[in-house]
Amino acid sequence: MSKASKQSMDQTVTSGRSLDSLRLDGNAAAGMLSEIFAPDLTAGEAKCAGCGKTRTIGTLHVYAHGMGMVVRCPGCDGVILRVARTPTRFWIDARGAISIAIAPES
Amino acid sequence: MSAAPVGARIEWRVAKVLEVVPETPRTRTLLFDVPGWPGHRAGQHVDVRLTAEDGYQTERSYSIASAPKDPKLALTVERLDDGEVSPYLTDELHPGDVLELRGPIGGYFVWEITTGGPLFLVGGGSGIVPLMAMIRHRHSSLAAENGEARKKLRTRLLYSSRGWDEVIYRDELAALAGKDPTLEVIHTLTRSAPPDWKGFRRRIDRAMLAETAWPADESPRVFVCGPTPLVESVAGTMVDLGHPPALVKTERFGPTGSPT
Repeated sequence: MSKASKQSMDQTVTSGRSLDSLRLDGNAAAGMLSEIFAPDLTAGEAKCAGCGKTRTIGTLHVYAHGMGMVVRCPGCDGVILRVARTPTRFWIDARGAISIAIAPES
Repeated sequence: MSAAPVGARIEWRVAKVLEVVPETPRTRTLLFDVPGWPGHRAGQHVDVRLTAEDGYQTERSYSIASAPKDPKLALTVERLDDGEVSPYLTDELHPGDVLELRGPIGGYFVWEITTGGPLFLVGGGSGIVPLMAMIRHRHSSLAAENGEARKKLRTRLLYSSRGWDEVIYRDELAALAGKDPTLEVIHTLTRSAPPDWKGFRRRIDRAMLAETAWPADESPRVFVCGPTPLVESVAGTMVDLGHPPALVKTERFGPTGSPT
């Protein structure tokens, strides 16, 4: 499944733009996050460890053109979440989030 | 209506192309049959996965254009000349072909009848696609409703295109607005316009938003989709105009695309 590691690394929404897409929003993270979490995360909220502001995850800035996905705060530009996939594991670095609040699936 | 049963994981499904409909010189709508499709909400998207003969796989996200009640799942794809996936989808794919997709994805940029109105939709270029799903959803859900229900969900679409030939869903939007006084479609053309054009002829700006948006005290639900610069400028201006940020939802794509 090593080929699978290429998936999701350059997600874009609506137009299929890839390498030239630098800043996207939380919607673009939804596909990869859905492989990890059952409920939809983009309608949930994250509290930024940098500035303390709570925002809907769908509104966060997403950079997904590199080897992993970096989710940043639109206010202070702090890194809230990093997600990467290797052939055998997902790696999640969430130290930039004080908390993440997600509604259970309805 | 919930898109998927509790605990259902989003899985890759094989989708079969039923029909390919040209929309503009650069865009096509693909209509799919997706066995096991759990249904979607207007505004959601799917991931499309293509696998080459050597096993190389690549994935892109596309907004769903069809309403939840429509019998076929529709994606409208814009051809990007330097794109890896879109030229295949717009040029190579024919009825009977199959590809893999998963979804529906995303619970943030979503509008349902129960979300309420009024509705102010702002789209740039192919950013119209998820907004069209909302307009189609509104239309099919209100089919049996009276004027009062329609008025509560009164809707304005402000739609920026480069030229009149590049307006996606142009005829369908005109037909829907023509028979529904509670749906208004306002075009702005940024590069070229027919000689007799009387509409807006510039990029969306503050004056245009102030003129076309429902006033903030009507608490409209605002959805903005398009290239990143358009989305960020429109969302910022709407907040400046007094709309609460929580009611202004955005979905953006690539920042370096040609301005629409």
